[in-house]
Amino acid sequence: MITLALDTSNKAMSVAVVQDGELLADTTLNKMRTHSEQLLPTIDRLVALSGLQPSDIDRVAVAQGPGSYTGLRIGVTTAKTLAYTLNIELVGVSSLATLAANVRSDAAIIVPLMDARRGNVFAGMYQWVDGALRNVALDKHVALDQLLEEVQALGQPAIFVGATEKMRLAISATLGGSARFTDALNSLPRAARIAELASGMQPVDIDSFVPNYLRLTEAEVNWLHAHPGVKQTNYVEKV
Amino acid sequence: MEKDEIILAFESSCDETSVAVIKNGDVIMSNIIATQINSHKRFGGVVPEVASRHHVEEITIIINDALTEAGISYGDIDAVAVTYGPGLVGSLLIGVTAAKTIAYAHNIPLIPVNHMAGHIYAAAFVDKLQYPLLALMVSGGHTELVMLTAPGEFSIIGETRDDAAGEAYDKVGRVLGITYPAGKEIDRLAHLGQDTFDFPRAMSDSDNLDFSFSGLKSAFINTVHHADQINEKLSREDLAASFQAAVVDVLVEKTMHALQQHPVKQLVVAGGVAANQGLREALSARLATEMPNVQMIVPPLRLCGDNAAMVGAAAHIMRAKNIFADETLNAQPNLNFARA
Ligand SMILES: [Zn+2]
Repeated sequence: MITLALDTSNKAMSVAVVQDGELLADTTLNKMRTHSEQLLPTIDRLVALSGLQPSDIDRVAVAQGPGSYTGLRIGVTTAKTLAYTLNIELVGVSSLATLAANVRSDAAIIVPLMDARRGNVFAGMYQWVDGALRNVALDKHVALDQLLEEVQALGQPAIFVGATEKMRLAISATLGGSARFTDALNSLPRAARIAELASGMQPVDIDSFVPNYLRLTEAEVNWLHAHPGVKQTNYVEKV
Repeated sequence: MEKDEIILAFESSCDETSVAVIKNGDVIMSNIIATQINSHKRFGGVVPEVASRHHVEEITIIINDALTEAGISYGDIDAVAVTYGPGLVGSLLIGVTAAKTIAYAHNIPLIPVNHMAGHIYAAAFVDKLQYPLLALMVSGGHTELVMLTAPGEFSIIGETRDDAAGEAYDKVGRVLGITYPAGKEIDRLAHLGQDTFDFPRAMSDSDNLDFSFSGLKSAFINTVHHADQINEKLSREDLAASFQAAVVDVLVEKTMHALQQHPVKQLVVAGGVAANQGLREALSARLATEMPNVQMIVPPLRLCGDNAAMVGAAAHIMRAKNIFADETLNAQPNLNFARA
């Protein structure tokens, strides 16, 4: 099975072509901010360098979120459109699980982190159990302080992975020596890890596939606040 | 006989997700439009992040509907076309990304289309276009007079210096307590009232072809606020009629000036505000008496708003001019025609 895997959920963009668990080609760009310009040329190049055609792809695996909203949409739209138009499988993988999968230690809770600004983070908790990466606490948008309390309550060593530089002082101040950090290289998302995680997952419905933003828009939060109890209906209609 | 040209076209610049299949530039095989208006009504205007999210929800469903209704397969498609600007960047990106992906997956050429060119070429579904032609482009975000010296050769000869006409409608609508979008309701009210307030018509008499609606908008808001303060009840119908009369007068006057300075055979009225009944009536009346030889083309209602059929019509022109994009195509939210 040929899997095309991609992650555009944050600053780094990563694409990989994997055949039955074996990496054929991958690329990670860390300083290009224009994913919309770089993603498709990178896919095209890697597929071609692997000696393949688009029609040879059997499955698309994509980082589904959380992350930057615009970045997520570029990856998810590319993935769902490709899966739709080639009539192949689509699998969504947590962007946080993707980071967690860079840490290959079963002796600690793995805490992937993304900066969500204003003291908040997108974070999850993962652990390797019998060779499989298990989700210990759901991915969520949370204040860093609260996350650290939850990690502390587990009473286990924790390895933080992701863009943690700005938060290290706060993390160590709360957790002391039980908190460790990955190096910069392992804090980058690698699409090949997405293909790996996706291999154990069921394909999803393509049309209804959307990013896991983990946050409503501010406009919707305010509207729901002003209209308690109003049931969400389908807001889009064909005319 | 030459083989038919089939274009698969995408439009997602604002709050409509649309995909169309167009044959030979002027035959609509399918034109699927999903509007998010009921979502944005909650907020009194389009919220860009909400719009982007809806586009992702809809995109593959709309592509599939368009292909199914047209009854074609990928092998039939000569080009994939997409609006890449102007518009909301997050919205544009969904159409651009999906279009590029389809083009890549099936090795089909990609054509980048300016949204405004799309609005103008909606007229190609009405009649054969003759050049040079003049287009009056009025929508929520744009008010422009555009000259086309030849197919696909655009230059702006007049544009708004502040608000677009559609923007002014929405702002005035808010003051009248009309929910977004206000254009249709103001148009309806205007037909029930009289122009009694005589709001200012900005720059109607100058040779310059630029528009301005901010003075009119301020005059309207001041009038309503003043009446509120002294507890005087004004006629909503007369307010709407007076506002619309001022907007229409400015649009018509500038368009007539433009036609005098740039003789053409056809005038295309394009964009969402082209649906406005008051504007259509006033323009055709002036043309009938002063320039009976100029043909006015107003696309049918469904093609005045944002839709992918118009993008396919414009792409037909671009294809003949060999204008193609590669896989790096990006959204250009501020894309515009050059000023003459
Ligand atoms: Zn438009």
